[in-house]
Amino acid sequence: MSVGQATAHDAARLHVTGQARYVDDIPAPKGTLSLAFGLCEIARGRIAAMDIAAVRAAPGVVAVLVAGDLPAANDVSPSVHDEPLLAEGEVFYLGQPLFLVVAETHLAARKAARLGVVSYEELPAILTIDDALAADSRFEGGAVIWQQGDASSALAGAPRQVQGQIEIGGQEHFYLEGQAALALPQEGGDMVVHSSTQHPTEIQHKVAEALALPMHAVRVETRRMGGGFGGKESQGNALAVACAVAARATGRPCKMRYDRDDDMVITGKRHDFRIAYRAGFDDEGRVLAVDFTQYARCGWAQDLSLPVCDRAMLHADNAYYLPAVRIESHRLKTHTQSATAFRGFGGPQGMVGIERVMDHIAHALGKDPVDVRRLNFYAAPADGAGMRISDKVKPQETPYGQPVEDFELHGMVEALLASSDYAPRRAAIAEWNAANPILKKGIALTPVKFGISFTLTHLNQAGALVHVYQDGSIHMNHGGTEMGQGLFQKVAQVAAQAFGVGLEAVKITATDTAKVPNTSATAASSGSDLNGMAVKAACETIRDRMAEHLAELHQTKPEEVEFEGGEVRIGSTKLPFAEAAQECYQGRVSLSATGFYKTPKITWDRVKGRGRPFFYFAYGAAVTEVVIDTLTGENRILRADILHDAGASLNPALDIGQVEGGYVQGAGWLTTEELVWDGKGRLRTHAPSTYKIPACGDRPDVFNVALWDAQNREETIYRSKAVGEPPLMLGISALMALSDAVAACGGPSSSEAIGQQGPYPALDAPATAERVFRAVQRVQA
Amino acid sequence: MIQVSTTINGDEHQFVCDPRETLLDVLRDRLGLTGAKEGCGTGDCGACTVEIGGRPVCSCLMLGAEAEGKEITTVEGIADGEDLHPLQVNFIKHAALQCGICTPGILVATKALLEENPNPTETEVRYWLAGNLCRCTGYDKIIRAVMETAAEMRENA
Ligand code: FES
Ligand code: FES
Repeated sequence: MSVGQATAHDAARLHVTGQARYVDDIPAPKGTLSLAFGLCEIARGRIAAMDIAAVRAAPGVVAVLVAGDLPAANDVSPSVHDEPLLAEGEVFYLGQPLFLVVAETHLAARKAARLGVVSYEELPAILTIDDALAADSRFEGGAVIWQQGDASSALAGAPRQVQGQIEIGGQEHFYLEGQAALALPQEGGDMVVHSSTQHPTEIQHKVAEALALPMHAVRVETRRMGGGFGGKESQGNALAVACAVAARATGRPCKMRYDRDDDMVITGKRHDFRIAYRAGFDDEGRVLAVDFTQYARCGWAQDLSLPVCDRAMLHADNAYYLPAVRIESHRLKTHTQSATAFRGFGGPQGMVGIERVMDHIAHALGKDPVDVRRLNFYAAPADGAGMRISDKVKPQETPYGQPVEDFELHGMVEALLASSDYAPRRAAIAEWNAANPILKKGIALTPVKFGISFTLTHLNQAGALVHVYQDGSIHMNHGGTEMGQGLFQKVAQVAAQAFGVGLEAVKITATDTAKVPNTSATAASSGSDLNGMAVKAACETIRDRMAEHLAELHQTKPEEVEFEGGEVRIGSTKLPFAEAAQECYQGRVSLSATGFYKTPKITWDRVKGRGRPFFYFAYGAAVTEVVIDTLTGENRILRADILHDAGASLNPALDIGQVEGGYVQGAGWLTTEELVWDGKGRLRTHAPSTYKIPACGDRPDVFNVALWDAQNREETIYRSKAVGEPPLMLGISALMALSDAVAACGGPSSSEAIGQQGPYPALDAPATAERVFRAVQRVQA
Repeated sequence: MIQVSTTINGDEHQFVCDPRETLLDVLRDRLGLTGAKEGCGTGDCGACTVEIGGRPVCSCLMLGAEAEGKEITTVEGIADGEDLHPLQVNFIKHAALQCGICTPGILVATKALLEENPNPTETEVRYWLAGNLCRCTGYDKIIRAVMETAAEMRENA
């Protein structure tokens, strides 16, 4: 069995020896040029004059391109053609590319790019959510509203209510490998592009448009990325197109990589949100109605903002049944970087909204938030194991009308509460807090229910190409890209399993648009679900052909042919796989096949907000304990316990890695990772010196991570579940634990009688030391 | 342009570079040693770490010219031919890497740590790696791999 094994990443040996090649490591042909953008220095206005004489004259500069020099389309948008590669008169954010420097070296290009003299007619910039609301600056006309039931009368009639709002900051991807591309001009005007991208087909498409070529004249290859996290779904377009147009203009190979500051200043980040809420509930804490207003700062171009905001709405329920709900979503256009995909794709922000509501309700009632959360969980499926009899009812529907048929969280939370010693630790924390005036501790459990599938239905397809060579070695390609998540390894396991051979017999090479066409981005956690199935289909086609031929040759039935343990058993005969392949080759059997997969069961009406957008849900839960210093706001995570549902895991080692990394990245988003723009729209946190991602010391002292042992109820690849994005949202427990610690500064612990608590902390995210400090001051006031 | 002689991974190297060129650029662009990576270029991420005279150094903060007469180890020089260093073995075994781009720097840094302190506490490992960022793994498996390597190397010493 290859599937289900905890094997190492396919390129692990290359990585530890420094041989794994990223785009910038590919030996470039002699004469390769380097590129850099000259950037806009204001947030909004018109270019009055652009003097690039000094740029052209700078040492090492070969050419400088402005918008008018581009051969065809000046657009790198993944959606609505609103993102010029180089500005055309109007400028929309500080950091927007204005001109393209082509030079002999990276350093020469970067130095020259600073020499442009540009004067602007400056216009008042719309930078914040409030600015955008005041100016009614938005995408998609007005707000999008989805509702289920009559939320306003249910709210009015509810025995109790809370209301409030939370600011949720954005997040820089900080993939450790910056964006990079390399274009190699070919004969006849064709172009080959190496790109650090999650979406080779999109790169192919945009390069073809930019060169006015059909897609068949452009080939894009991606071996691996040094991290993607959504930041390389569309943000690599500009570099690839720039390389291609410069290569066309000069006839030489061109390479471009953003250095870290440029990367942070130019590219989009996670959308920051403000979520206002009103919730009505009963004395037990059972939610009767919720009204959310989500404000998303989308930046200057549309990019992927609409589906991101949709997904925020689709996760406004997280794990909770909301009998009546109204969600209003504002997609605001501002003069800042164009916010883009980031692990979770809006889902995390939507989820923070409802988790905040649960926390607020529990605080108002003086109850343990875990009890309020569990009380509001979706009903367990009728056949679910390990839940209370009273839960065995018909599936409840999400606010968008999808029945929740696979709800795993009752059992998972029960197990996690036990394994994490939640109850005794909560009691110990209450005692600690009663005895310690300065250092306060907090603990919280938050669940995750994350919908798996692209909400744009047509993207839920994948292709694969598999060859079996006459020596029995197997070569394959699929449309997914490797960014560290271990997709290649998982898919190789699927192929090895199909042919009953060892993993060493299987090789996956770089993702290549010439091998598998029309692929979707490796995104929405869908990589192994889609590509695993496509590869399995291709392998089965070849295996069936082999079985038929071998059966005939050995006078038995194809059903009697089995592939296992590196051998093929044909009735009573046994052949090593390599020999079987050789026999098939001799017998003129085609040993190459494509495979295709499309996700079944999904339907989605985005305008109405109704349907079944998700094939299934992935679940998880985390308990985080924190301590804060009430005098400084300093805080740290003491312990984290996680139970995550990866279905029947294809590879537990890789999946646990995703869970750990996701949690830490999610906790970083909500605690230390603060993006700061000044009043001019300049991003002030544009390097690791000012933007703080979790470092080694921030990892929790105690970190227990386990996978929930259950099969996917849907027929996915070997009943596994997608695991790329969902764990990020486990990090929400860190924010809620901080809220718990701050609440402890305000009065008796939450186990005391109703009405005795101090004010609600209303902690915004990221809960930096400053924010924690201010929240402590508020509740102590 | 200046001429520099140095020893890298045990081999003598001579190269010519611009006096303003960083050691990282020299390694990557002139010597084809692309194991050290540029994550920030400002000494904050550790992806470019190389070992010089037993100490981990950010090669993005050092000039190529300063390498004159120095003994440098990069990630390419950690293994003994086909035999991986115990740290490399354990990074694979513990799945202590995902995208892998932080891995070379972290390996070089921890190798230097274990040479200086064969019996580090977990806290010492964390402090030592404070300047090596990893965006993928959440660090847990990295620490485990280092602790286990240290234990193994002490046993075999
Ligand atoms: S590249 Fe040298 S420390 Fe980041
Ligand atoms: S494995 Fe990707 S940065 Fe560490």
